[in-house]
Amino acid sequence: MQPILSVRDLIVEVDTGSAVHRVLDGVSLDLYPGKTLGVVGESGCGKSMTALATMGLLPDRFRIAGGSIRLGDEELTTVKPNRLRQLRGNTISMIFQEPMTSLNPLLTVERQIAEVVELHQGKSATEAREIALETLRAVQIPSPEERLAAYPHELSGGMRQRVMIAIALACRPKVIIADEPTTALDVTVQAQIFGLLRDLQCNTDTAIMLITHDLGAVADMADEVAVFYAGKSIETGPVADILDHPAHPYTRGLMSCTPRLRLGAAARLPEAGTLGEIPGMVPPLGRFPKACRFAPRCPLADTRCTTEAPLPVAVGPNQSALCWHAKEEVYV
Amino acid sequence: MTDATMEPDIAVTDPAQSPARQPRQPMPDKGMEVPQKPAHPVTEFARAFARNQSAILGLVLLIAMFALTFIGPFFYGVDPYEMVDMPFAPPGGDYAPLGTDYIGRDILAGIVTGGKATLAVGASAAFISVVIGILIGSIAGFFGGWIDAALMKVTEFFQILPALLLAMLLVSVFGAKLLTIILSIGIVSWPQTARLARAEFMRIRKLDYVAAARTAGAKNAYLIFAVILPAALPPLIVAAGLAVGSAILFEAGLSFLGLGDPNVMSWGLIIGQNRNYLLDAWWTVTLPGIAIFVTVLAISLVGDGINDALNPKLRRR
Amino acid sequence: MKTLLSKLASVVGLLFAVVALNFLLIQFAPGDPVEVIVGEMGGASEELVAQMRAEYGLDKPVLVQLAIYVGKIVTGDFGLSIYYNQPVLSLILQRLPATVLLMLASMTIAVVLGTFLGIFSARHPKGLLSHFVTLFSLAGYSAPVFWTGLMLLILFSSVWPIFPVSGMTSIRGVQGVFGYILDVAHHLVLPAVTLSSVYIALYSRLSRASMLDVLGADYIRTARAKGLSERQVIYGHALRNGIIPVVTMLGLQMGQLLAGATLVETVFNWPGLGRLAYESILRRDYPTLLAILFFSAVIVVVANLLTDLAYGKIDPRIGGRRKPAPRKTKEATQ
Ligand SMILES: Nc1ncnc2c1ncn2[C@@H]1O[C@H](COP(=O)(O)OP(=O)(O)O)[C@@H](O)[C@H]1O
Ligand code: SF4
Ligand SMILES: [Mg+2]
Repeated sequence: MQPILSVRDLIVEVDTGSAVHRVLDGVSLDLYPGKTLGVVGESGCGKSMTALATMGLLPDRFRIAGGSIRLGDEELTTVKPNRLRQLRGNTISMIFQEPMTSLNPLLTVERQIAEVVELHQGKSATEAREIALETLRAVQIPSPEERLAAYPHELSGGMRQRVMIAIALACRPKVIIADEPTTALDVTVQAQIFGLLRDLQCNTDTAIMLITHDLGAVADMADEVAVFYAGKSIETGPVADILDHPAHPYTRGLMSCTPRLRLGAAARLPEAGTLGEIPGMVPPLGRFPKACRFAPRCPLADTRCTTEAPLPVAVGPNQSALCWHAKEEVYV
Repeated sequence: MTDATMEPDIAVTDPAQSPARQPRQPMPDKGMEVPQKPAHPVTEFARAFARNQSAILGLVLLIAMFALTFIGPFFYGVDPYEMVDMPFAPPGGDYAPLGTDYIGRDILAGIVTGGKATLAVGASAAFISVVIGILIGSIAGFFGGWIDAALMKVTEFFQILPALLLAMLLVSVFGAKLLTIILSIGIVSWPQTARLARAEFMRIRKLDYVAAARTAGAKNAYLIFAVILPAALPPLIVAAGLAVGSAILFEAGLSFLGLGDPNVMSWGLIIGQNRNYLLDAWWTVTLPGIAIFVTVLAISLVGDGINDALNPKLRRR
Repeated sequence: MKTLLSKLASVVGLLFAVVALNFLLIQFAPGDPVEVIVGEMGGASEELVAQMRAEYGLDKPVLVQLAIYVGKIVTGDFGLSIYYNQPVLSLILQRLPATVLLMLASMTIAVVLGTFLGIFSARHPKGLLSHFVTLFSLAGYSAPVFWTGLMLLILFSSVWPIFPVSGMTSIRGVQGVFGYILDVAHHLVLPAVTLSSVYIALYSRLSRASMLDVLGADYIRTARAKGLSERQVIYGHALRNGIIPVVTMLGLQMGQLLAGATLVETVFNWPGLGRLAYESILRRDYPTLLAILFFSAVIVVVANLLTDLAYGKIDPRIGGRRKPAPRKTKEATQ
């Protein structure tokens, strides 16, 4: 199958005024129609930047310095701004992390949804209103007619995120990027939102990039996984394979932090003796170790790890990891 | 965005390959402010101020205006009340370099001597308004509750009254004397300072060290004036500086309306007395106006500079 | 509704306080008001003095006098103008429209132009215009407004006489209603531009800061993610949010604006309340001055109410005119 969205060796740089840092360093991903790709990693690993680069929404001072992003058969890194705007919100759309601040406080829910439809599908106001209403129903908002006239401050966080999803869905996009859509919400609402995304995907052929720092959510939602660390994608593969035999020590570390995943494979892993944290933290930009970026925190690090950058290793039919010791450890 | 520019820094293309650098603090999530070495707050303040070009320009202008006002008379001793040439002599004449007014008095002499009164009125009126403002604002902010509500009603009342009209009334009822003018300006222009003082007091009174002083048995008056006020002072001082600027404009406005003290030479007075003839003698109103403009501009530049140096976070604006 | 009522109550309270202040001024003015008035009139007969004293109720206790004074004001009796020798009220009502027109025009210019400059410089914070706006805004409120007016007056009367520099209408008659409107507009240009210069300066600075804030907000990113063009993002999403501080400021500054109008009217002979105040000062026409103070307060209060309303219209979170949606219950059931 052809991927609908294909990111290859993406490099994103930020100019801090005193130095240029690589925020993303050679990230590659594939999204397939009807499938969900889970992107996991601690915060600060570059997940959001990948999403924003794809949307062409990188903040000031950030820029794409290399690689390619293909949506269907269009190259997004070189596409004309006008064409990019036609695609955004229409063919590819994004759900942001902060439902409380991502909706315009001064516009009604109707306006904020209808706007996309009017823009991309040239619908009249009345038609757009109908579509907005339908979409609100699709995201299972109670009494949607009433909600059309509501302002964001009159809605709860979960409701607002549903409205965000409705905005993202309104034009039936081929790709939806959901950047930690539930991080700001409480657990029950989180489950509802995930359920909703899954249902919606069943009825359409939408590809979803689900960004999260919760491996548990990935286990529930994703078909494929990409694990991010310090601006690199350090392990990729089908979700079942990765959960069954994680090859990268960082992935294992993440799993050992996720109680319900430890029951399976992770429980057998040597370093997962205690539930807890990976020691240390993600190094800030510009202070990445020379060779393997995970080395300072890695239980398996040896001299090679600190002198020579690891290369991707295939550890299964579709699984690969960026680690010197990936292959050996899996089959211990 | 400050010290960073002075640090010799190579543009690092690949951080993974970059040589180990001196440890830095973790990057905050938003904004790329490079952490600076802690310095003494006063040094830090002076540095921030000195980096601000417009603040320095303001300071230079301000010093120039002060020099003109306080040293100028020693170098240019012409009596501003004396007729030195025919009326409306244009600038560049033999007797009056900046021309003469409607009765032949020297404009330059007027500007050189008039600054003192203008600055004095500005400063003392601002002082009065700031004292009233701080008193009302601090009491309202400190006690809160009904005292606050009542004082804020009073403040609101003074805010809806058009200050200039009230001052016009006061001056015309009680006579156009310097003291009346100063008092009138002071009495009508305190509400802004009061609001600022109130906000500062409300913020500071909740801080731990105030609570500590309170449990140590400090009286309210002591808490207000010795504990909280010093901490609230920096923004209030800036406000006081800016109030001098508005008081100068205020005085000029009153003088223009014929309510200046006719016995005290001031920039506003020159404009007010000559304004009916401005089409025959543009210099009579233009030049003193420039003096006022430059002074007030200098004050606001310096005030803004101090403000920005006190709140480095806002500097990027 | 409740908030509107309490607002009205506070308005009435404030206006009463203005009346009381006027009364106080009369009480504390050196000499008793009748003497002052008589003095200004250049003497009057015993009879007239006695009659005036009775009229002012000067023989009664202070509180009774205050009550009488308030009663008069409530019935619209502001006394007689000493100079014009006609009821102060009618004098003021003649002048009021000119002042309101000048204020409205200046405000409109200032808000529109100021916001526009602010938006522009927020979008290009390092651009030339941005620096110009910073400079211009500092200059704008450092120059005495009457002086700005005088400078324009010199410019447009001797150098480049394309705008009238005095009054509100031409001495030569003009044709028809439309001609009249055009004539007034022509006369309005210089006073309005002068008065607005201060506020263009202020609002461009204010809206620049607030637009910079807004353009960094998450919902602006959302708007971009929808595929909206930059123009649609700015005018459809950012502007309304960015203009809120301007509206707030607008309300707070009505008093100042009126003060500015007083000076500008004097410069350009604009026949409004400010010009009347100036004339009354020259003529020591205290009843008129006091009434002007009262009506200025009324203008400010009404303008404040209007900006409050506008504020509620712009920002649905304020004003509580919508009934809040029933959220708690719905949320619990979903
Ligand atoms: N506005 C910003 N300015 C500077 N650096 C930023 C900004 N936002 C994020 N970063 C940096 O970019 C890197 C990647 O961030 P991000 O993609 O947001 O991480 P994630 O979404 O995985 O938590 C981090 O090192 C972060 O510190
Ligand atoms: S390369 Fe070495 S240090 Fe890096 S993750 Fe693998 S084992 Fe750990
Ligand atoms: Mg993120």
